[in-house]
Amino acid sequence: MGAWSSKQTRYIDSDILIVGGGFGGCGAAYESRYWGRDLKIVLVEKANIERSGAVAHGLSAINCYMGMRWGENQPADFVRYARSDLMGLVREDLIFDIARHVDSTVHKFEEWGLPIMKDPETGRYLREGRWQVMIHGESYKPIIAEAARKSATVFNRIMVTHLLTDGTRRNRVAGAVGFGVRDGRFYVFRAKAVIVCAGGASHLFRPRSIGEGVGRTWYAPWSSASAYGLVLQAGAKMIQMENRIVLARFKDGYGPVGAWSLLLKARTTNAAHGDYEAARREEIKALVGRYAESSPLPTCLRNHAMLQELKAGAGPIYMQTKEVLDTRQKEDIGWEDFLDMTVGQAVLWASQNIDPKERASELMTSEPYVMGSHATCSGAWASGPEDCAPADYQWGYNRMTTVEGLFGAGDTIGGSAHKFSSGSFTEGRIAGKSAVRYVLESGARTPRPDEAQVRRLKALVYQPLAHFAVGRNAIVAGSVAPGYISPLQGLQRLEKIMDEYAGGIGTFYVTSEPMLSRGLELLTLLKEDLERIGAEDLHQLQRAWELSHRVLTAEAVIRHTRYRQETRWPGYYYRADYPKLVDPHWHVFTCSQYDAQTSAWDIGKLPVHHLID
Amino acid sequence: MPTFTYMARCDGCGECVDICPSDIMHIEPRYRRSYNVEPNFCWECYSCVKACPQHAIDVRGYADFAPLGHSVRVRREERKGVISWKIRYRDGRVKQFTFPIRTTPWGSIRPPSGYAAPPRDALQSQWLAHEPEALGVEGLPQLSSHTTRRA
Ligand SMILES: Cc1cc2nc3c(=O)[nH]c(=O)nc-3n(C[C@H](O)[C@H](O)[C@H](O)COP(=O)(O)OP(=O)(O)OC[C@H]3O[C@@H](n4cnc5c(N)ncnc54)[C@H](O)[C@@H]3O)c2cc1C
Ligand code: SF4
Ligand code: SF4
Repeated sequence: MGAWSSKQTRYIDSDILIVGGGFGGCGAAYESRYWGRDLKIVLVEKANIERSGAVAHGLSAINCYMGMRWGENQPADFVRYARSDLMGLVREDLIFDIARHVDSTVHKFEEWGLPIMKDPETGRYLREGRWQVMIHGESYKPIIAEAARKSATVFNRIMVTHLLTDGTRRNRVAGAVGFGVRDGRFYVFRAKAVIVCAGGASHLFRPRSIGEGVGRTWYAPWSSASAYGLVLQAGAKMIQMENRIVLARFKDGYGPVGAWSLLLKARTTNAAHGDYEAARREEIKALVGRYAESSPLPTCLRNHAMLQELKAGAGPIYMQTKEVLDTRQKEDIGWEDFLDMTVGQAVLWASQNIDPKERASELMTSEPYVMGSHATCSGAWASGPEDCAPADYQWGYNRMTTVEGLFGAGDTIGGSAHKFSSGSFTEGRIAGKSAVRYVLESGARTPRPDEAQVRRLKALVYQPLAHFAVGRNAIVAGSVAPGYISPLQGLQRLEKIMDEYAGGIGTFYVTSEPMLSRGLELLTLLKEDLERIGAEDLHQLQRAWELSHRVLTAEAVIRHTRYRQETRWPGYYYRADYPKLVDPHWHVFTCSQYDAQTSAWDIGKLPVHHLID
Repeated sequence: MPTFTYMARCDGCGECVDICPSDIMHIEPRYRRSYNVEPNFCWECYSCVKACPQHAIDVRGYADFAPLGHSVRVRREERKGVISWKIRYRDGRVKQFTFPIRTTPWGSIRPPSGYAAPPRDALQSQWLAHEPEALGVEGLPQLSSHTTRRA
């Protein structure tokens, strides 16, 4: 272990520390600099912000834009849409807040140089659907990163492993620690306010792909659940962690379906060309009542219809692409959709000789993901906007978690679904401004992490390297050792547990109390084995800590899923023992709080307030 | 479609190592050229392919579902603001596409500190930077009584 524990420690002090430079983090950097001209703002990123996070590829649409200047939509309409898509359970104050600001974000993106497609007839942005606008977005991330780099001091390639709390006040954040993935140094960031924007979670559940292809998940393989792992370890309250999302996407390539279905209007059918969704409407209504009456049909219910069809042997499910590519312009749109944001789909078509102009393409439901910015809203419980949050949704500054000085944005924050790229950036801006206020108003006292805490974490962070160095000596060669497992072996165990017990693809997303409890038992053993992970080098050390964040997040998912005794979102997951949606008892948020010192979880309910008709 | 590097083209410059969001392009110490150390953590995001000055990186579809014989090549011309794709099917068909990537010069974004500092009391308001002008509407929408129902 010696060489690593003696690694140099570097201290970096700031007023505001932003963890993660994706869409939320770049928004936080820009806005905090705008309001905090003289503040020291530091952004720390595990990769390179030029191409990091869920938008590393690029995107072909901005999925959250009101168009208020053209009278297209109002924020209240958006709240209604997100609420019905999530079967009633959202934080309306947070969603309203994003919706009323998101247009200014998108207009700024256009000014910065993001090419937004225009409708040739109206001159307005070309709509993909009611809320989405089409972009030529291959360079979406580099453009946004340029704005962030001009706003904050950026440290790339530092994996943040833990948040720090104040030495005397445990519920006050004091910074974060991590290690340099390139230089191996230990970094201690001390800050007055911390904004966590570390993104959602892929690879909690076993993916559909196998072998070489397991990196081809829908959400990025580097979306390592750090947003949740970091904030829940610091004691922040979490909500809706059971609200994982399953996506219907082009099979194997995971190409998005939005532009194909909304803009090009391609039909989704079963193998017999039938419109199965319409055929199953009544059946779905019987299952969930009035929630099936909203238009569009909630995302989970559309999945549900597809799953029923697959179980009935009526698959494969097809997107009838060939019916809609009648002009070169439409063919360009269809292909650009993937080349901008999921190149793998184009590779798949080329390899299987599928020309979408000539034949339909298969769709499939994905393994579950946990995130806060899509048609799903797991994440931290945050204080709402001062002017419109109900009293019990408001205890501090906008977007502050229940830990003092700890803010979040994007996938980090729970309850506000449908943020997507533009909404995550907007929420970053909201949190950034709020953090500036907090820093300027909270007085001069800088929180101080105690040195013992820092020393303990430093020893802990490098332990996997020591385990490998020692354990490796006991065997001749290869990857099988009695004393340690590799991060990949640990990840595969996690995925198997979640898949088999917590409602993954292996059980057609079905779970139950006994299954969840058994899963939790196995997960607890894995958690113990995390203390014996062996990392060969700094890259594997990053994987080890990503796994640690994933395991903690998975535990939250299991505990929340077990607590909610109903099937709220059929199509995302099913509780076989509570197959119905039960509004009288469960029109609430599930909420948990973790105590990292005792490993105890406190779990309960929080009210859902409806602020809009 | 994990990436691989052509031995004859790579000069070991490290651009791909610097950009890969998954941290899986590494320099092989003996040959001093890059390779993908963890293909099963590759998202085929093409960030490294686009960044390589030698066009030394290519992608071969994931072995578990992509038959051989295809290629998807890209050329990203930052200064010209365009990206071009050439897709070759297993059966030999070819498709080509070119799309814009940016409408302004790289580096031209005005930093937030390049704007006049906002008045101090605006910090307490709900406005974000550049609002209301950047919103395109006059007032910030409020939760008003006809849209609102208190629980
Ligand atoms: C395939 C796909 C298609 C999508 N399509 C669209 C679309 O068409 N339109 C749209 O608007 N949105 C789309 N989205 C959604 C959008 O990308 C996300 O909603 C958004 O990026 C979330 O922002 P975020 O800041 O929370 O996370 P991210 O943008 O993922 O940023 C998280 C950042 O944190 C960093 N990080 C993580 N852990 C750590 C750590 N421990 N230490 C330091 N740094 C860390 C990551 O490297 C990353 O930079 C799509 C996403 C995907 C994957
Ligand atoms: S960027 Fe290209 S030339 Fe440079 S190391 Fe990578 S593959 Fe080799
Ligand atoms: S395609 Fe993306 S994930 Fe794969 S090696 Fe290149 S940069 Fe990394």
